[in-house]
Amino acid sequence: MQVERGHPLSHNERNPGVPLAADWFDHVAVNKPAAERRAATLTTRRTVKKEWQAAWLVNAVRCIDLTTLAGDDTPDRVRRLCAKARQPLADHILLGLGLDRLATGAVCVYPTMVSTAVKALAGTGIPVASVATGFPAGLMPLNLRLAEILYAVDQGAAEIDIVITRAHVLDANWSALYDEIAAMREACGPAHLKAILATGDLKTLRNVYKASMVAMQAGADFIKTSTGKEGVNATLPVSLVMARALRDYGARTGSRIGFKPAGGMKTAKDAIAWQILMKEELGNDWLRPELFRLGASSMLADIERQLEHHVTGRYAASSRHAIA
Amino acid sequence: MPSVSEILETMDYGPAPEATGEVAKWLSARGAFGHYIGGRFTEAGETFDVANPATGELLARVTQGTGADVQAAVKAARAALPGWSKLPGHDRARHLYALARHIQKRERFLAVLETLDNGKPIRETRDIDVPLAARHFYHHAGWAEMLEDEFPGRGPVGVCGQIIPWNFPLLMLAWKIAPALAAGNTVVLKPAEYTPLTALAFAEICAEVGLPKGVVNIVTGDGATGAALVAAEVDKIAFTGSTEVGRAIRKATAGSGKKLTLELGGKSPFVVFADADIDGAVEGVVDAIWFNQGQVCCAGSRILVQEGVAREFTERLAARMAKLRVGDPLDKSTDMGAIVDPVQLRRIRDLVARGEAEGAVLHQAECRLPAKGSFFAPGFFTDVAPANIVSEVEIFGPVATLTTFRTPEEAVELANNTRYGLAASIWSENINLALDVASRVRAGVVWVNATNVFDAAAGFGGYRESGFGREGGREGLGEYLADAKIKAKADPAPPPPETAPLREAPGIADPIDRTAKLYVGGAQKRPDSGYSYAVRGKAGVIGLAGLGNRKDIRNAVEAAHKAAGWGKATGHNRAQVLYYLAENLAARAAEFAARLKSAGGPKPAEEVAAAIRRAFWYAAQADKFDGAVHSTKSAHVTLAMPEPFGVMGIVCPTGAPLLGFVSLVLPAIAMGNRVVAVPSQAMPLAATDLYQVFDTSDLPGGVVNIVTGPRDELARTLAAHDDVAAIWYSGDADGTRMVEEESAGNLKVTWSVAHRDWSGPEGQGRSFLTRATQVKNIWVPYGE
Repeated sequence: MQVERGHPLSHNERNPGVPLAADWFDHVAVNKPAAERRAATLTTRRTVKKEWQAAWLVNAVRCIDLTTLAGDDTPDRVRRLCAKARQPLADHILLGLGLDRLATGAVCVYPTMVSTAVKALAGTGIPVASVATGFPAGLMPLNLRLAEILYAVDQGAAEIDIVITRAHVLDANWSALYDEIAAMREACGPAHLKAILATGDLKTLRNVYKASMVAMQAGADFIKTSTGKEGVNATLPVSLVMARALRDYGARTGSRIGFKPAGGMKTAKDAIAWQILMKEELGNDWLRPELFRLGASSMLADIERQLEHHVTGRYAASSRHAIA
Repeated sequence: MPSVSEILETMDYGPAPEATGEVAKWLSARGAFGHYIGGRFTEAGETFDVANPATGELLARVTQGTGADVQAAVKAARAALPGWSKLPGHDRARHLYALARHIQKRERFLAVLETLDNGKPIRETRDIDVPLAARHFYHHAGWAEMLEDEFPGRGPVGVCGQIIPWNFPLLMLAWKIAPALAAGNTVVLKPAEYTPLTALAFAEICAEVGLPKGVVNIVTGDGATGAALVAAEVDKIAFTGSTEVGRAIRKATAGSGKKLTLELGGKSPFVVFADADIDGAVEGVVDAIWFNQGQVCCAGSRILVQEGVAREFTERLAARMAKLRVGDPLDKSTDMGAIVDPVQLRRIRDLVARGEAEGAVLHQAECRLPAKGSFFAPGFFTDVAPANIVSEVEIFGPVATLTTFRTPEEAVELANNTRYGLAASIWSENINLALDVASRVRAGVVWVNATNVFDAAAGFGGYRESGFGREGGREGLGEYLADAKIKAKADPAPPPPETAPLREAPGIADPIDRTAKLYVGGAQKRPDSGYSYAVRGKAGVIGLAGLGNRKDIRNAVEAAHKAAGWGKATGHNRAQVLYYLAENLAARAAEFAARLKSAGGPKPAEEVAAAIRRAFWYAAQADKFDGAVHSTKSAHVTLAMPEPFGVMGIVCPTGAPLLGFVSLVLPAIAMGNRVVAVPSQAMPLAATDLYQVFDTSDLPGGVVNIVTGPRDELARTLAAHDDVAAIWYSGDADGTRMVEEESAGNLKVTWSVAHRDWSGPEGQGRSFLTRATQVKNIWVPYGE
């Protein structure tokens, strides 16, 4: 399937969700040492070299949600980011790879930056994703969080990255978690909902699995590991468990849910590692931006350096590449 | 090569071959290999070809070791022994440390060479075999350093003949050579004929680090070379390989006095309970039976799944299997490489075909196999009957069986329904259940929620027909240390039993006729033969004893098995019984002394007093001889638990009829074993007098069973009994050979016990308890 220029998620069927069914996850067994062993050997059992490595890095670029979520974000900063999203690799690299165009999967910003980003990306088909619901902690009254979603959608966001109330997971208050996400899903309207579980706050892999399942039952189109602000962000074991949860949800409902690791992934090596995880656990469809995004900002710079090396045979300097 | 755009469509992995240039250069520079004897390579003799199983291409020509070659190597090892064994531990440690460092310095070379020679994927040689081999030498450099402190009074066994298999060539070499050298032994090692190359590369490392000449000798060749090594003048044989060959070695070394350790085959259970992490367990199967192409002695090859999750598990297993990449072992993205040799491939094919013919359903990955080379697609059987050949026989290939069970009881029963006992893997999120099953499964290594986890600090080795002895850790090192020297005493051979009617009344003043019967299951039983034999004291016949035969042994063994509760009793409970026994023996001390006196014993009162002390000593040990927690990997508890064998046969010395008996029987039962004892044939009455002591001491029936009669005939029946796990024999050289030969049937553990001064320190000690137990290593990774 060739990536269309245009909203990548518009071709993906939405997840209609299902009524809360705690028996899908209540007794889930996730053995942490076993998950860690599997995660550790994923990248020792598989590797990509030469042209394949280049192609996999290009694929990572088209799955990146190029992100800026900082307190000092300004419209100019966001425009610069959008420019990078439109042209993530220098022309000579793209040419050297035999590609004519390439763009990142999306740009991800705060709600007040959405309109700037939408304008900057006009005509490119690159969707704008907005965080919402009191990102990153989410500890705001629900009506305000829902209002924030409505605002972001109104500004033109095609994807909403919501944060969940971690307390509902830690208290095992699944109906509260379900209701909150379902309400957010409704507020999203046509925009796709990506549920950030903040797995670094949930601590245990069982919690991660349960929260994943509740989010999907409530209608999340994507499940996402982290805000990037927790102490521990995306890790392979956590991603493994979430991938298995969305596989299990898919097996029960037929819905295909996307996965977005975010935060802490900075290198081209990370980009390959997460793609190996996707391919091994879920299959090639989860290597497309419709179902897979990498929430990252600095990773792109490393990928660009690696790809330049691939094209020129010389090791690259970031200072010679356009900044994000 | 496809373009980036094309790859973006397929998202294939593409080829990622490991370079072989350095190894190819080395192989062509060496030409034909000789042996490594006395610190140098010999000229190549008659050679055989060593091929790459992934391609069939010739890698090297290697010398077929002759008897003379083996003798030359043993001679070199013998010559090197005094110098090496007298070297301070610290100096030996430096050598072992250097070996470890050099393995690391050559890690990629050794990994590539191993992959070429064996066919296993480079991922495994690079990430598992070679790092573990280096780790083994580091670990044992430490043991060399502290040997005198940790094992005072113990020294090396001597020259060790070591025969290793083809499935982990360098790693098995490390497991053999590192502990041997640490303990001050010298070695002659024979690598497998399919895979001798890393051993030859290791020989070069020995030369390079300046290991004294003759400390390590490598002789290549096939089974005939191995047989010559077994027959050579060595002090110990350490063998890893098939149970069939292990049995032959047990027979060949019978009566030779050579110390023996055997690490043999397995058909290890992989038990998945309904509450397990199913994905974790599925991945465990990948690491179990699809690791090293299934050519792993401890592979979890019998998957047992609880019925409620069997369907889900099977579906996920099939889906996971379909993801495995089979092919070029040098490719870094290969999960399964080549089977070691076309001969092994044929064996796997034959067994799998027979399994299917016998009704099992084969599920096999539909992967494309390379056109040439020895490859076999991963698979597993369902609908497989317990009597199907693939349920019983070790396939030693990438094919497991999958059967279901209903309850934990049934899981244990199925897990133990095998002649082997090497390893087990147990998957459950319930720690009570997992540890309960771990304690009940008959295997030397148990992994909870894991499989095929190894470390130099933990012992590895089997129960039952998976062999005996351990490799790794403290318990493994003990196999390379000689037992403390004892002063053996001559034990007079018992005369043949006299069964003819006596011409006069026995010369004792018992008012009522008393006949010592046999003691089976806590009750006195008449001998099956219906005969008794005369027991002579210094002044003629002093009584009659039952003439036991093979059926009495059979009955006694059955009774002993029924007393299984003894092994589960607490050490404290067993101690209480032993103290009580001492108390009751003390109450009747005069009676026992009189009996010993009438038999002509030299110091009857002292012998009885010593027997009482012995009961106290083993009562004291019953709750103190415990195991260890090994320091292995982070976030793992590795428990080394001494466990009783179960049912043991004990054939007691002729002399010291009371003290010899209690000195052997008490340590065995203190550890939870049940015993079938054959007391002194000439003077069994000291033992048969104990019946009433046992009866009054709350000793459960069946824990100690006593069959009197012809020593060697009864010993033979015990040694040949497949449901007796260990036998101690105190008798003559012919008897020892006979017992060791007969023990090969079920590969029971044997101990030839020299008659000695039983009243002194040689008559008791921790070594008796070590002999009465086998160590189970239980691995429990943790983390939530």
